[in-house]
Amino acid sequence: MCNVCGCADLNGHVHVAGAILHADSGKQVEVMQAMLHDNDQQAAHNRAHFEAAGVLVVNMMSSPGAGKTSLLEETIRALKGQLAMAVIEGDLETENDARRIRAAGAQAVQITTGSACHLDASMVHAALHTLDIRKLDVLFIENVGNLVCPASFDLGQHKNVVLLSVTEGDDKPEKYPVMFRAADVLAITKTDLTQAVGDFQILRALRHFRQLANAAPMIELSARHGDGMADWTSWLLAARQACRPALTLRAHE
Amino acid sequence: MHELAICESVLRQALEVAASHGSSHVSRITLCIGPLAGVEPHLLLQAFPLAAAGTVCAGAAIEIKSAAVRVECAVCGAASAALANRLLCAACGNWRVALISGDEMRLDSIELRCSTCTRKGDHACVMFAAVRT
Repeated sequence: MCNVCGCADLNGHVHVAGAILHADSGKQVEVMQAMLHDNDQQAAHNRAHFEAAGVLVVNMMSSPGAGKTSLLEETIRALKGQLAMAVIEGDLETENDARRIRAAGAQAVQITTGSACHLDASMVHAALHTLDIRKLDVLFIENVGNLVCPASFDLGQHKNVVLLSVTEGDDKPEKYPVMFRAADVLAITKTDLTQAVGDFQILRALRHFRQLANAAPMIELSARHGDGMADWTSWLLAARQACRPALTLRAHE
Repeated sequence: MHELAICESVLRQALEVAASHGSSHVSRITLCIGPLAGVEPHLLLQAFPLAAAGTVCAGAAIEIKSAAVRVECAVCGAASAALANRLLCAACGNWRVALISGDEMRLDSIELRCSTCTRKGDHACVMFAAVRT
């Protein structure tokens, strides 16, 4: 409170001839900044860390149960010796996914978000302190299973991979346009179940995806049976090469 | 429900602006949210009072401007309106389009008011002048 007049406004006024001039009141202040300005700044900071370390960072997003962890397990097994990989795991509760990743042979950091429905850039930054990213070729961030919220938060990643399992229905891109528009790769997962599901049409899924004006590649795969895994791993290796062509892969160092 | 997290981010920016102008009353916050932002305006309106309680932004009116979804065709060059989940060129039907508006998630402006009498504009606050004499 102002000691002179008792006004709550500490800095916005001066005392003149018995009246108080509120010089800064009633002002319209133009801001024109992203509503998630703080997160964007933190994400830019993360990205600078990643660039300096020369690591490709891939954000994996999907609904719960689409097969993010299974795809990562098989990726780690398939590329062991070719790429040095680690995973930041985001879940509301448990260390289960991190344990699966460690069992597959890669380092994993679990972030438990409590009730938060997405990861944000500061959570990822905190997780970075437990990883030596300079020793990595690829860092995966397995986001919280959710087709809505994670799409709005930049984490500093280079690529977004969005998974759609055949058990979910081929109209998911039409229902969740914000998420699927953000995809740099659309991975159709669990293709070994296509026949059992019956009504999932891959071309219909692709049409809904293209109607979001997204030209990203679509990769059909089954992590369990191995179909399409070669397409996925070659995309990943090419993305790693494009990210840091001058450097040799760290798995070879 | 990430709207609360988004409200907290807007609130931090509004408090910063209020503090830098020495104001202790934010009366209005104007946002621009496009249909492809992934934010629900009505959830944001519900969440804001929870985030702002006990701050100089408590009671601030939240004004949300929308933005039309518009695309520009890479094939025929036409600019047209589109639906959020059908980003196609209205002229030739092609999906090879660039979004020119519709994904805005922006804090446009903040209105500050006199903390003692709620009048707008620079003015002498006579209520306190009377108290002082």
